[in-house]
Amino acid sequence: MTLSDMMNIGLMQGFAGLSLFAVLLLMGLGLAIIFGQMGVINMAHGEFMTIGAYSIYLAARVTESLAPAFMPYYFPIAIALAFVFAFITGWIVEWVLIRHLYRRPLDTLLATWGVSLGLQQIFRTFIGPKEVSPTLPEWLMGSWTPHEGLDIPINGLFVLALTALVTSGVLVALHKSRWGLRVRATVANRTMANATGIDTMKTDRLTFAIGCGIAGVAGAAFTTIGSTGPTSGSLYIVDAFLVVTFGGAASLFGTVVSAFGIAQTQSISEFFMTGSMAKVLTLSLIVLILMMRPQGLFAVKVRR
Amino acid sequence: MNFIKASVQRYQLGSLLLLVLLLAVVLPLSLDIFRLNLVGKYLTYAFVAVGLVMVWGYGGVLSLGQGVFFGIGGYAMAMFLKLEASDPITTKIQSTPGIPDFMDWNQITELPALWLPFKSLPLSLALVVLAPMALAWLVSFAMFKRRVGGVYFAIITQAVALICTVLIIGQQGYTGGVNGMTDLKTLLGWDTRTDSAKYVLYYVCVGLLVLSILLCRWVQTSKLGTLLLAMRDKEDRVRFSGYDVSNFKVFTFCLAAGLSGIGGAMFALQVGFMSPSFVGIVPSIEMVIFCAVGGRMSLVGAVYGALLVNAGKTLFSESFPDLWLFLMAALFIGVTMAFPMGLAGVWEEKIRPWWKSRRQALREAAVKPPATPAPIAPAATPPEPTLTEPTLPDGVGSQRA
Repeated sequence: MTLSDMMNIGLMQGFAGLSLFAVLLLMGLGLAIIFGQMGVINMAHGEFMTIGAYSIYLAARVTESLAPAFMPYYFPIAIALAFVFAFITGWIVEWVLIRHLYRRPLDTLLATWGVSLGLQQIFRTFIGPKEVSPTLPEWLMGSWTPHEGLDIPINGLFVLALTALVTSGVLVALHKSRWGLRVRATVANRTMANATGIDTMKTDRLTFAIGCGIAGVAGAAFTTIGSTGPTSGSLYIVDAFLVVTFGGAASLFGTVVSAFGIAQTQSISEFFMTGSMAKVLTLSLIVLILMMRPQGLFAVKVRR
Repeated sequence: MNFIKASVQRYQLGSLLLLVLLLAVVLPLSLDIFRLNLVGKYLTYAFVAVGLVMVWGYGGVLSLGQGVFFGIGGYAMAMFLKLEASDPITTKIQSTPGIPDFMDWNQITELPALWLPFKSLPLSLALVVLAPMALAWLVSFAMFKRRVGGVYFAIITQAVALICTVLIIGQQGYTGGVNGMTDLKTLLGWDTRTDSAKYVLYYVCVGLLVLSILLCRWVQTSKLGTLLLAMRDKEDRVRFSGYDVSNFKVFTFCLAAGLSGIGGAMFALQVGFMSPSFVGIVPSIEMVIFCAVGGRMSLVGAVYGALLVNAGKTLFSESFPDLWLFLMAALFIGVTMAFPMGLAGVWEEKIRPWWKSRRQALREAAVKPPATPAPIAPAATPPEPTLTEPTLPDGVGSQRA
C-alpha cells in the first residue's frame, strides 16, 4: 500500500466521521432549541424528522407524476415543505399538549412519548408500513472524485452543506433576531421577560414549532442517505438527546462540539471493531463522562 | 384486636387483601391455564411497576431503564435454565456438546467464564437479585452524589438501556443475540411447561409479588418513606436537616432494581424464553406507563395498572392491531394530562368520597326524619380516616414530577 492510498483511506474515513457529525448535529439542533432552551423533553422529536422525510417522499411522488421535467429542481422546495409540515405539527402539539405541562418535565416526557406512538401509527396506517425512499434528483447521486482512488459521496457533501447552513442560520437567528432575543430573555428569566412585555407563551409556541421544523429539515436530509419507515425516527432519539446533553443543554456551541466528538469517536472506533461494539463504546464513554460531569461539556451558568 | 386493626390501616392491608383474593382465588378459578399463564406474565411486569412506585412516586426520580434490570434478572435465570437444557446428551449433535446451541452456532467451543456461576441454582438465584442491584448502584451512585436528577437521570438511564440492548444483540455468541435464550424446559429436572408446573409458578409469582408489596409498604411507612417524600418535595431542606440525601435515593433505586430482577426471573420461568426485546427503551417506557396508569403513588394500583394495560395490549393486538398503538398513545397522553395519579387517584379522589357521601346521606335519611335541615355539607369534606395517621403519605403534598 502506497502513501497516497493510506492518505485516501484516511481522508475517506475522516469524511465518514464528518457526515455522521452532520447527521448527529442536524438531529440535535432542533432538540437543542426545544430541550436546551425551553427544557421540554420532546420524545416525539424522531417522529418530526420522519414527517420531514415523508414530505420529501410525497413531494417526489407528486413531481414525478405531475411534472417529471421539474424533477431536478424539486428538492429545495421539498425541504422547505418539510420544514413547514413539521412546523405546523409542532405548533399544534404545543398548543394541545405541551403548554399544559411546562411545570412537569417528566410528564412531558411521557406525553410526548404518547405523541410519538400515535404519529408512528398514523404513518403506518396512512402511508404504509414499508420503508420508502424518494426518487432523488440526478445531481445528488454518485460521488465526487478529486483524484484517483478518493471517492467522496455527493449526498454526504449535501448533508454537510445543509447542516452548516441550518446551524449558522439557527445561531444567527438566536443571537441577532427579535425572536432570538425573546427566546433568550424567556430562558433567562420568564417572569421578568413577561414583565417587559414579551408574550412568553407565544414565544414558547414559536420556539417549539421552529425546533420541530428543524427536525423536519433533518429528516429531509436523511432521505438522501437512507430509507424512511414509520419507526425510523425513534431509532435516533436517544442519540439526539445524548448529543444535546453531552454538549451542555443550554449551549448550542456545545451541541456542535459534542456532535463532532461523538461522531469522530464512533467512526474511528468502527475502524477497529464491529459497528455495534463501537456504538457501545461511544455510548458508554458519553454516559461515564456525563456521570462525572453532569452539566455537560459547555455548561452555561444558570442560577437554580 | 386493636393492634390488628391499626396495622391493617397502617399498611393498607385491605386493598392488598382484595388484590390477593383476585389473584389467588378469582382469576385461577375463572381462567383456563393458558390465560392464567398470561396473567402470570403480566404480573412479572407488576414487579417492575411496584419498584417504579418506590423510585418515581416516592423518590421523585424517573428511571427509563427499568427494563435493563428486568432483563438482567431474566437473563440470569434464563442462563441457568439454558445450561440445564443443553446437557451433553441432548446437544450431542453439536460440534461441542454441553454448551448452549447458539454458542455452537457462533463457533464458541468452550463455556465462557461469564457463564460459570450459572451452573449452580443458588448462585443464579442470588444473581437474579444482586446483579441488577449492583448495576443500579453503579449507575445511580455517581449521579445522585452529583445531584443529577429529574430529566438528566431519565436520559442517562435510557442511554444505559440502549447500551445494554446493543451489547446483548451484538455479542451473539455469549447472549443468544436478537433471538435471546429459547427452549428453556426444566428447572432441576422439573418440567416447567406442564399445566401443573404453570399453576405452581403462577402461585409462586403471586406470593413473591405480595411479599414485595409488603416490603415496599413497610419501607414507605418507616421513617425512610417519610424522608423520601420529603426529599421529593423539597430536597434541599432534607439536606440541610443533616440527611445524606443521595444514599436514600440510591437505596430506593437499588430496591426497585432488585424487584425488577425478580420479575425478570419469574418471566423467564413462566414464559420459557428471554430476549433483548424486554430490555430496551420501548419496554422500559411501557413499564413506566403500567405504573402511571395504576397510580404512581399506589403499590396495589401499580399491579392493577400492569394487569390492565397488558390485558388491553393482548386483547387489542389480537383483534384490532392497528388500534392498539393509538390506544397506547391516548393512554400516555390521557394519564399525564387528566389523571396524573392514575387509577388509584381516581379511586381516592372521586369514587371514595362519592361512596362515602352516599352512605352518609343514606344513614342520615334512615336516622332522621326528612323534615330536619340537611346536614352541613358532609359530602364536601368527607373525613378521611386514613389521613389521620400522620405517617401515611397518601395525598400528602402536591405531586411534582
